[in-house]
Amino acid sequence: MPIKFPFSRRAAPSDAWTKCPSCDSQVFNRQLERSMRICPSCGHHFRMSVGERIDLLLDPNSFEERDGGLEALDRLGFHDDRPYAHRLEASQVKTGLRDAVVWGIGRIDGQRVAIGIFDFRFMGGSMGAVVGEKLARCFEAALEERIPAIVVSASGGARMQEGTLSLMQLAKTTAPLVRLDAAGVPFIAVLTDPTTGGVLASFASLGDVILAEPKALIGFAGARVASDTVGEQMPEGFQTAEFLLAHGFVDAVVPRPELRATLSRLLRLLPAARAADEQRTEEKPWGPIGALSGFAERLGGAVSETIGIDTDADASGGNGERPSPAAQPAGPREDRP
Amino acid sequence: MSDMPALVAASPPSEAEIESAWRRVQLARHPQRPRTLDLVPLIFTEFFELRGDRAFGDDPAIVAGPALLDGHPVMVVGHQKGTDTESNILRNFGSPHPEGFRKAQRLMRLADKLGLPIVTFLDTAGAFPGPSAEERGQAEAIASSIKLMTGLQVPVVVVVLGEGGSGGALAIGVGDVVLALENSVYSVISPEGCASILWRSRDEARTAAAAMRMTAHDQVDLGVVDAVVAEPAEGAHTDHPATAAALKQAILSAIRRLSEQGTAELLGNRYARLRGMGAYLETGAGPSRPTEAPSLRRRLGRILHLPGVPQRPRWSDIWPSDGGDDEHERGA
Repeated sequence: MPIKFPFSRRAAPSDAWTKCPSCDSQVFNRQLERSMRICPSCGHHFRMSVGERIDLLLDPNSFEERDGGLEALDRLGFHDDRPYAHRLEASQVKTGLRDAVVWGIGRIDGQRVAIGIFDFRFMGGSMGAVVGEKLARCFEAALEERIPAIVVSASGGARMQEGTLSLMQLAKTTAPLVRLDAAGVPFIAVLTDPTTGGVLASFASLGDVILAEPKALIGFAGARVASDTVGEQMPEGFQTAEFLLAHGFVDAVVPRPELRATLSRLLRLLPAARAADEQRTEEKPWGPIGALSGFAERLGGAVSETIGIDTDADASGGNGERPSPAAQPAGPREDRP
Repeated sequence: MSDMPALVAASPPSEAEIESAWRRVQLARHPQRPRTLDLVPLIFTEFFELRGDRAFGDDPAIVAGPALLDGHPVMVVGHQKGTDTESNILRNFGSPHPEGFRKAQRLMRLADKLGLPIVTFLDTAGAFPGPSAEERGQAEAIASSIKLMTGLQVPVVVVVLGEGGSGGALAIGVGDVVLALENSVYSVISPEGCASILWRSRDEARTAAAAMRMTAHDQVDLGVVDAVVAEPAEGAHTDHPATAAALKQAILSAIRRLSEQGTAELLGNRYARLRGMGAYLETGAGPSRPTEAPSLRRRLGRILHLPGVPQRPRWSDIWPSDGGDDEHERGA
């Protein structure tokens, strides 16, 4: 259950409008929500909450949250101008989240994925032990089920209030990726505004495919830190999604309205390798019977998908009946009749 | 919050804690403190420096190459700070560019191929944050270094010599055993950086150093460092050979211990070590569910199929954006 708070949720009419930071126009919040939080006049992508991301990317009613009960501890006893415990509590009240990442299992056009999503509003999406633990479990679940992993990042980096333990989350979230490589399970990173610091310097830079939203701030060191340290002004367009694309560090800059379809297509193009034992048992002879059974599988997948039956084992089969030609190579067992 | 029993509000660090933490930071940054290339000839023999990342260039802020430890070949990788202005400019004050990490990766892969144990020395304020580093993928270089190290099939011993600064340190700092010199420090961000972000003033660096608990002994307490190696009485800068002798003993015994483990055991233990980093509370709270019909208008709208009312529960109703919770309904 979401955390409940004892105050009115309809207190402040002043925030019915939001000023677009890019073109300065006043955007009605209701309009923003209908337009995937994209500015209708200039196309600026506003940040999204976890809930909005889930609704944007995953099939209706397909998302099941996992490990929703994990909560941060103050291992260091950290206090800056206020205690870490108070900062956590304030973020929990503001967002209704327990920490900056929600992960779970969902479907994109019927294809089962393990997905972790950041919410920047929770302490700047910073990665502490809970975020690291949830993402590690997300990757481990992907490994276990042999389904693709996706992480949608929006983070300022490691959470300073957890000291080196937050730095160690870089390694904690990266270690399972070595196992995904060995097992042949794909990982797609989606970088949204902003993705910086320790999050970019770990799993977010290690996607087999890395997508980014337009104009998203993506960089290792914040521009202010960089200017302070280096003592020079950063060039124009520095640390944007487009800058990374030009320098070869992301595969594509994808506008939000196309993000779900792009992910769906990549999932079809880059399915998990079949497990060694699976390969032996599933190998079917070519010829009419093989083709027929392949068709039946596809049909079966599609039917059970529409009536909501679990089709874990053959999620990719459900897409075989889609008109898109890209769907055809998805199942190696059925494309050579 | 009532369901957070273990989370109590901490108090600010005391003046004594600040004093003691800052003293360590200053010792870790002491200009005469032994650097990687000061200690390598005292610990190893026949160190042969190898250079270049085979893609862009060579980064003098990281030195690496094979050497003999007690007669056995090992791969040595370390940050290298300068000792004066000229060498500090050459070494970029020990802050590596991406090509430094890629050189380290190249040589760690070589060690992996030949089955040589790896010894790394951490001594950096952090990876270089400038535009040249960003252009060449600083974050990717660090990330792929970390990934490589988590999967190396040879024993890896990490030694924190001076400053263990953030991702630039961790990039060559993922190991099976992590040792730290007594007056070294290890942190997620420099105390100055932390102070300027959280206290909005670099002058609070001393307080930030204490709050982050960055001393070697604190790091043992947190489980990030496995053992502290004692320094000569006044600090490592007073006696390089004694410091090297103590380190050599610690490194040798760590490698001996690790060499007894098979590859699977080694990798399993390393994975478990990393997976166990950080404290969290596993509350019994179940998964969140989108709430059915959060408002009267929506409840009625569902029943009457009013336009603009979604027919299914939405996750954005429980986790909406800042602008208020039900803007889309109120504004209508």
